[in-house]
Amino acid sequence: MSELITPISALGNARYDGFAAIREIGPTGMITLRCKQDVAALPGALQACMGLGLPEKRRILTEGQRSIGWMGPDELLLILPYAEVAAMIAALTEALKGEHVLVVDVSDARAMFRIEGERATEVLAKLCPVDLSNLAPGELRRTRAAQVAAALWQDEAGFTLVGFRSVAGYLMGLLTHSAMPGSELFPA
Amino acid sequence: MSARLAKGGRLIDRSKAHRFTFNCKWMRGFEGDTLSAALLANDQMLVGRSFKYHRPRGIVASGPEEPNGLVNLGKGDRLEPNQRTTTTELFDGLTAESQNHWPSLENDIGVVNNYAARFLPAGFYYKTFLQPRAAWKHVFEPIVRHSAGLGKAPKDRDADRYEQAYAFCDVLVIGGGVAGLQAALVAGRSGARVMLLEQTGHWGGRAPVDGVEIDGQPADAWVKTTVQALEAMENVTLRKRCMGAGVYDHGYVLADEKVADHTPGDGRPKHRLWRIRAGRIIAATGAIERPLSFAGNDIPGVMLAAAVRDYVVNFAVSPGDRTVVVTNNDDAYRTAIALHQAGLSVPVILDARLTATGALPEQARKLGIRVETNRAIAMVQGGKRVKRVSICAQAGEGAVLEEIACEAVAMSGGWSPVVHLWSHCGGKLIWDEATACFRPDAARPPLNHDGSAMVIAAGAANGALPAADTLADAHRAGEAASKPAGEAPKATAAEEAPMEAVWLMPQGAPVKLRAKAWLDYQNDVKVSDVQLAAREGYESVEHTKRYTTLGMATDQGKLSNINGLAVLADALNEHIPQVGTTTFRPPYTPVTFGALAGEARGEIFQPLRRTPMHDWHDAHGAYWEPVGLWRRPYCYTQGGESHEKSVHREVLNVRNNVGLLDASTLGKIIVKGPDAGRFLDMLYTGVMSTLPIGKCRYGLMCNENGFLSDDGVVARIDEDTWLCHTTSGGADRIHAHMEDWLQCEWWDWQVWTANVTEQYAQVAVVGPNARKLLEKLGGMDVSKETLPFMQWADGMLGGFRARVYRISFSGELSYEIAIPASEGRAFWEACLAAGAEFGVMPYGTEALHVLRAEKGFIMIGDETDGTVIPQDLGLGWAISKKKADYLGKRGQERSFLADPDRWKLVGLETLDGSVIPDGAIAVAEGKNANGQRNTQGRVTSSYHSPTLGKGIAMGLVLRGPDRMGEVLDFPKIGGGSVKARIVDQVFYDKEGAKQNV
Repeated sequence: MSELITPISALGNARYDGFAAIREIGPTGMITLRCKQDVAALPGALQACMGLGLPEKRRILTEGQRSIGWMGPDELLLILPYAEVAAMIAALTEALKGEHVLVVDVSDARAMFRIEGERATEVLAKLCPVDLSNLAPGELRRTRAAQVAAALWQDEAGFTLVGFRSVAGYLMGLLTHSAMPGSELFPA
Repeated sequence: MSARLAKGGRLIDRSKAHRFTFNCKWMRGFEGDTLSAALLANDQMLVGRSFKYHRPRGIVASGPEEPNGLVNLGKGDRLEPNQRTTTTELFDGLTAESQNHWPSLENDIGVVNNYAARFLPAGFYYKTFLQPRAAWKHVFEPIVRHSAGLGKAPKDRDADRYEQAYAFCDVLVIGGGVAGLQAALVAGRSGARVMLLEQTGHWGGRAPVDGVEIDGQPADAWVKTTVQALEAMENVTLRKRCMGAGVYDHGYVLADEKVADHTPGDGRPKHRLWRIRAGRIIAATGAIERPLSFAGNDIPGVMLAAAVRDYVVNFAVSPGDRTVVVTNNDDAYRTAIALHQAGLSVPVILDARLTATGALPEQARKLGIRVETNRAIAMVQGGKRVKRVSICAQAGEGAVLEEIACEAVAMSGGWSPVVHLWSHCGGKLIWDEATACFRPDAARPPLNHDGSAMVIAAGAANGALPAADTLADAHRAGEAASKPAGEAPKATAAEEAPMEAVWLMPQGAPVKLRAKAWLDYQNDVKVSDVQLAAREGYESVEHTKRYTTLGMATDQGKLSNINGLAVLADALNEHIPQVGTTTFRPPYTPVTFGALAGEARGEIFQPLRRTPMHDWHDAHGAYWEPVGLWRRPYCYTQGGESHEKSVHREVLNVRNNVGLLDASTLGKIIVKGPDAGRFLDMLYTGVMSTLPIGKCRYGLMCNENGFLSDDGVVARIDEDTWLCHTTSGGADRIHAHMEDWLQCEWWDWQVWTANVTEQYAQVAVVGPNARKLLEKLGGMDVSKETLPFMQWADGMLGGFRARVYRISFSGELSYEIAIPASEGRAFWEACLAAGAEFGVMPYGTEALHVLRAEKGFIMIGDETDGTVIPQDLGLGWAISKKKADYLGKRGQERSFLADPDRWKLVGLETLDGSVIPDGAIAVAEGKNANGQRNTQGRVTSSYHSPTLGKGIAMGLVLRGPDRMGEVLDFPKIGGGSVKARIVDQVFYDKEGAKQNV
């Protein structure tokens, strides 16, 4: 009966089209890797398993469907297709064997949103105390969205926002409220 | 009569008429009107009643300093009290009602207070607290409560929505008059990120009204080109209708944008609160004109001179055919000239100074306006509107020289810079003798983190009042906030001769006049009140404010403060700067609660944490209980049963069949590393390092004082990995506690932690049929032999990736199964389907509580309250005697915690089978030093046990375990008492036979 079970994201890919498009996406594979970043084997292990190097402080590296984000001095966030998580954990564990590391699946502990459109910045400017116009290319920003913890980064098409799964509904409520037509921060 | 003029009005659009009501009376105004302008255009000079004496009050000002024009705006779910008519933009269909009147504005009964004014002196409230004591409760309090308050509090849920937004800039300019525009232009040209805020819907402030010319063109034209230049700059953001409300540390500013106040119901947010972080703040907030203190200065029709000018020039509103101007400066002559140019009569200009020979007085004389110096108003005559003024010598005591009939009085006592934003964060003021005002002391500004000036005052707000100085000063401020920018534009306006401070009119006014000379219109404070306060010993301006109510309430004394403290200084025979000002606190003008709450209301008032099965519970009769920010089902109701019945049904079904509990909220923290075992041995009172892989152990965590903090089952996952379960409310706290010790104390220990609470849905399958249910799901061997009590196993259960823990919090055969959260709902439904034939039912947190209480298991937060140690709870077995140390060990050895005479956990069984009220106290013989009954214990958990058919309880009792069989007395609230016998706290299955099958 295993083939019948389909993992579902926190909100079943809910969406809202306001003055920006809000989409809850996923499920997405996410792995927390706790490791001191001066561990010699780390960059090689990441390159071998993820095809990406060690990101600089407060940066996220992306190649195709895989990303590595810097979450703290001893914590990385690995993003990859959901189905590849188990194999990736095994591969990283093997590649870092003998090192003091923690590789843990957090795919289901998170909710992920896309905020897209020309006015995507205006949605997040209502929720996150972040100077979004000064966000550097490839910057991963840990912040809050109103009352909950969140992380965000930007690409050409918009923003990705990650929060905790239990508050996915709250996050969707915030994003919906903030993207309602008529509430544009800089109306034409 | 005030009325609309046939021509003019720079801000109104006569092609767009708006209909509105005031006190249910239909009136007409134009697009661009403020509500004040529209009311005056309809001859509505009377707009409210004063707070204490219910005296008739009319519009005094034209801006946010207005003390009288406060209305209940809108109706029902859009009712807003205390809305200022001077800052409310007129829209079609607006409804307003005056405040503080009964039964009507025109005929108000409260006005008798006016005739009893001598019995309502300064400090009236405080004096009512004195003897006889009964008088406060029965006489004064009802009177004060009835008469206190201005607007009506809304009763309906607010129909509008609100939001907040964050902004960042190098230079924030607050105030969109010519000073703010020039400062923003300078800063904008330097390339700095600039944000410019203007509280009204118009740029340019009062320069266009005052006939200022800039670089040879009228101010209006300069404003237009400057705004266009600013709009063309990508680095400049302009926001109108956005009031800089408060300045806080590190360049943090709150600003309230009135997005849709003037377009209610158009779907936009009503207000938006901007939370701005600015490198430098320029306060270009202008100045406020001061009233003059003469008898009858509060009668409708007496207005500030500049406000009269605003109404004539901006809105083409005449305050009346004949306006007497009274002043101590040249600026007010502009009003006389504006009135004259509009074809209205100015019977006389009364100038308190001995001479008036400046350019403006000369111009007035040339126009044929009568100018009298050393003159004052002895008294304004009239009731609900001005009828005439009695004139006297300013130097004298009020002997009437002449009476002149008029409809309005335009007064000017000079100008006070708006120093609020400068002062909010500690900017200091200096007293300027020449202009008789406090202005920012540039040498003592509010400071940034690096010691530089956080706020730069610009233009009139900096005391640079004449237009030429204003613009030059603003240019300088813009440069100071960015970089040098060359020549400032030149503003030209008529030269003004020095003003002369006048704090009372006439200077020798006797008490009869002083008692009618108002300082604070909104709070009914007169010159005589402040003088009385001074006589009664109120020397500090802050104390005088509270005692007299000078400068309180919605306008915070924007008109009255300087006049009031000048009167106080005079009464104390001090200099004004020695007396000083009251403290300026944010917000500059009131900010509605909606804006402060922002998006946080309704569904998103607070983050609501939902488990993966939340929606299923909701659809199946869950009665919710908040647990931290989680919602957990308290019970699931079926049919019309009560919650109590639901709980009993759920308990019995667990005991007899099988129940399902959503345990997803339980904290789950992974601890891994070579030092993880040692770390957990320090954190828990027991030994976790020796736990074999595949097994579980119950553990207690204490804080360093020894008090019990959290509990839960720990599972050994592999050689250097453990999984720690915490209480539902404790997950984040315990994870932070772990990181605190790892990062701050044991930083050299090799341990990683990860809070994976939300990664898993967790389902407790509990009851004699639990194993049958799991076997039906299939895929894992969950037999007693393969998976005995206190062990765990990984596997595929019914096709789900599962980790099955054989643990029990109910005393029944019990499994807790963790599955990835994304499959949690599917697993829950699979369990219900598989368990249908075995009588499965979900159960909630209350059944969980009853089940654990029947077994005598403690609950963190019930049996513990931060003062309880594990030894108090009979949990000594979970404390390792062999370990050298653990967090809390030292604390538990201290004499008070090691005392054998502590209150300790026991079971309590009522003699009559009833349920003891939760939290009930067991009394002991005698009384304590406070005359209260001595106590010897308290109930920590109390339930009706459906299993046993009687009340059961646990409690902490003095030497409880040594007193088995004794009967204690628990008085009940409301009389009577319950008797209960001390028993073992395990009421059900003492041998543990049921869980061990």
